Amino acid sequence: MLTRLGPLVTILLLTGPIAFGLAGTVLPAFGFLPVLGGMELTLQHVHALLSQPAILTSAAISLAAGLVTALFSLGVVVLFVAGWAGTQLFGRVQHLVSPLLSLPHAAAAFALAFLIAPSGMAARLISPALTGWERPPDLLVVHDPMGLSMMAGLIVKEIPFLLLMTLAALPQVRLKETRTLAASMGYGRVAGFLLGVWPAVYRQIRLPVFAVIAFATSVVDVAVILGPTRPAPLAVRLVEWMNDPDLSMRYLASAGALLQLTVTAVALGLWMGLERIGRFLCIVGVEKGVRLRRDALLRGAALLAMGLAAGAVFAGLATLALWSFAGLWQFPDALPASFTLKSWMRAMPRIASPLYTTLLAGLLATLIAGLLAILCLMREEETGRRPRRALMLLYLPLLVPQVAFVFGLQLFLIYADLLATLPALVLAHLVFVMPYAYLSLKDPWHAFDRRYNQVAAGFGKGRWRRLALVRLPMMTRAVLTMGAIGFAVSVGLYLPTVLVGAGRLTTITSEAVALASGGDRRIIGVYAFWQMLLPMLGFGVATLLPALIFRRFRGMQV
Amino acid sequence: MLTRIVAATLFALAAISAHAEDVHPSDWQEVLEEARGQTVYFNAWGGAENINAYIEWAAGELEKRYGVRLVHVKLEDTANAVATVVAEKAASRDTGGSVDLVWINGENFAAMKQRELLFSPGWADALPNWRYVDHENKPTILTDFTIPVEGMASPWGMAKLVFFHDSARMDENALPRDADGLLEWAKAHPGRFSYPQPPDFIGSSFLKQVLLEKVEDPSVLQEPVVEETFEDVVEPLFAYLDALHPVAWRSGRIFPQNYPAMKQLLADGELDIIFAFNPSEASSAIANGELPGTVRSFTFPGGTLANTHFVAIPYNASAKAGALVTANFLISPEAQAKKQDPAVWGDPTVLALNKLDEEARARFEAIELGVATLAPDELGPALPEPHPSWMERLEEEWKRRYTAEN
Repeated sequence: MLTRLGPLVTILLLTGPIAFGLAGTVLPAFGFLPVLGGMELTLQHVHALLSQPAILTSAAISLAAGLVTALFSLGVVVLFVAGWAGTQLFGRVQHLVSPLLSLPHAAAAFALAFLIAPSGMAARLISPALTGWERPPDLLVVHDPMGLSMMAGLIVKEIPFLLLMTLAALPQVRLKETRTLAASMGYGRVAGFLLGVWPAVYRQIRLPVFAVIAFATSVVDVAVILGPTRPAPLAVRLVEWMNDPDLSMRYLASAGALLQLTVTAVALGLWMGLERIGRFLCIVGVEKGVRLRRDALLRGAALLAMGLAAGAVFAGLATLALWSFAGLWQFPDALPASFTLKSWMRAMPRIASPLYTTLLAGLLATLIAGLLAILCLMREEETGRRPRRALMLLYLPLLVPQVAFVFGLQLFLIYADLLATLPALVLAHLVFVMPYAYLSLKDPWHAFDRRYNQVAAGFGKGRWRRLALVRLPMMTRAVLTMGAIGFAVSVGLYLPTVLVGAGRLTTITSEAVALASGGDRRIIGVYAFWQMLLPMLGFGVATLLPALIFRRFRGMQV
Repeated sequence: MLTRIVAATLFALAAISAHAEDVHPSDWQEVLEEARGQTVYFNAWGGAENINAYIEWAAGELEKRYGVRLVHVKLEDTANAVATVVAEKAASRDTGGSVDLVWINGENFAAMKQRELLFSPGWADALPNWRYVDHENKPTILTDFTIPVEGMASPWGMAKLVFFHDSARMDENALPRDADGLLEWAKAHPGRFSYPQPPDFIGSSFLKQVLLEKVEDPSVLQEPVVEETFEDVVEPLFAYLDALHPVAWRSGRIFPQNYPAMKQLLADGELDIIFAFNPSEASSAIANGELPGTVRSFTFPGGTLANTHFVAIPYNASAKAGALVTANFLISPEAQAKKQDPAVWGDPTVLALNKLDEEARARFEAIELGVATLAPDELGPALPEPHPSWMERLEEEWKRRYTAEN
């Protein structure tokens, strides 16, 4: 009975907020918002939107950000996996990159900003010795009008994501055998992988790639920190309108959200076109017998791009940490003139409350998501069906731009008088934590050796006791990893926190981004440090606790 | 989950119906009693660390002395708090509102007053600590941006537009003496001046400063905008900006987000002249290690903008008594003296020193204003703020012209 409820509740929790949210967003776009007296359908708000200055430029930036981010990060990942999978170096890079997955987008964006700004760490290290710069050059790097630094900020975060998704899909293809076969036919490593293995792998990671596109076309936090300002990307302007004191701006914001949906859909459509071109090129490559035997340069470039992406974030994070302890630190000094704990001491009392909210919302959302994921997986096992279509539903929160439905959801929460309450915040986080919880638990769950269950059943243990006494203890590692991933997702959420928390419930991430405009690098350093620390703590627990529990069980050690 | 939502809703409804009656500061004892245990959501711009820290201190004192829990809702723009109250009024949420106290002045105060979103009738001049307030000599305490305050907002601090430069990099004698001088200086030093992107409050204030200097007849600015003549009146301002942008920081292609961002840029050596609304901003930043000790202040001899900033209570606030206690505490000699200390915030007081007792006055006189703070008589004349409609229209016009690069 309970397991039957699992999938039902999950589907309701995922689709409910999205459906209501979209309705609450889309209807006002056509003039329907009874509370403001909007009762008749009209296109005037859409017209008003289109007459906003440079609105199409904003949309174009968003569109470009989606496609460029996906293309670039996927390209680096593919070439890197193609060129290096199976080597020792591959394993090392993988270990280097994985922790970045749990880093909130905003923290990565801050890291990059601290590194590449004209007064940033990179310029300090080479100045004045190499450049002759006694003062920062007047160069437009961060907030550049084309959004290149924003795209870079997205790319360094999406590379680890797509790499791990690819790695999860790799076991399902026969990499080694295909490699050997391709090599025996004279293909280089890259060509052999691309033509032989990639099509099957890509099918598995298609939805994650779509999620990257949807996220990048509608991102707010990274755009605020690194993105263009004149005009800003579409989603950033949307959030501004949503907060405008003039209530009639709600209609405009809704019309804008509609445009955002269109932009994301167009980006996804264009991407599908690119997919076809890619397939065509592969077929042509096969027919022409392109073997790319001398691909050392390509492989080197892939490795370099991978290392650069990860290295930039790590260097940026180190700079952030340094700033949080810095006294006066003038350009072009590579190190602060003095170190002080002042920023930490000033910030700590104010961090307590957001920290508490972050922990509470994160843990509750992860707990509920974990329970639901387990119920869903148990139900799958009972029925023996692996629902393909339901999996699409799971990706829904990742494919629909956040700004398009969380805004409408906010309207409903205002009516229900639930805005800025913990249950509402947990619900909003749950929508985004749920997919990751399920996806990360799915494979280990199905990989579990069911004979343990049969043995336990033979001893007369019922279903729930089997779960509690045999399966969950044996799966401690997988369950805790799921928890760490879910928690990390919750910590990193910006827009749902801002719109549902309404400024009264704040998390470390929403506070950090709010500080971004103030430019006090020391305080940003402290907040970003916490952003980095919290997910790491989660993964630390997920690694250490099983090791501690299983220290006497040799069969359970890794 | 569902039961929790139902429970939360019921609880919220119960909480709303419990606070039907309004309080008034004339019966202060009753205010104090009702305030005990209340949570006050103070909606205040949260972009400056020293101010956040000061509010944190005030929260601690209020809890200790009056049992009032002050929560700082950090805003990026005060307009957001106005938006919240407007939305609540539209949804007929006339009690139990989510904003209890808001840091406000200018067009936001005008908007709230005009839409009758403020707790009224006037209460500020009935606060016990009002007797220390220098409303006789500081006219902006009673009239905010030409709008009569009528006790619907309690003064918190005084503001005056002041410029800062690093004396290690710049010659005292080369400092500009008015807006035109500033433009000439910027032309001679491309990339070293900028202003926060409107509608940032300080950025919009810079527009008003230039407009006040360049307009033919400044008296029109004291009246609401007349649409027919608007274009002509602001023409000199936008001509000025068109000349300034090509020689501004990043060639005017982007602008700093607010004045703390400019402070960082001055420290980095990207900007040479910055400005703020707080005369002790530089001293405060030097004390915090954000700016080098060589930074100094200057103003225009012809005068710069000056105003007062306030706290106000929305008509539907949940914790009116708590908000009154907070407003009263914020104008207590102790809180005001602490606020004026550059090591804390450095915001000038709204109190009259000659109204204070010996001990309180000593507290103010003991404050080290810091090397970078001008003495009151060096601050130059105060220019009156234009009618708030000018700020709104200027911001709109700025957006129309400069939202996109072309």
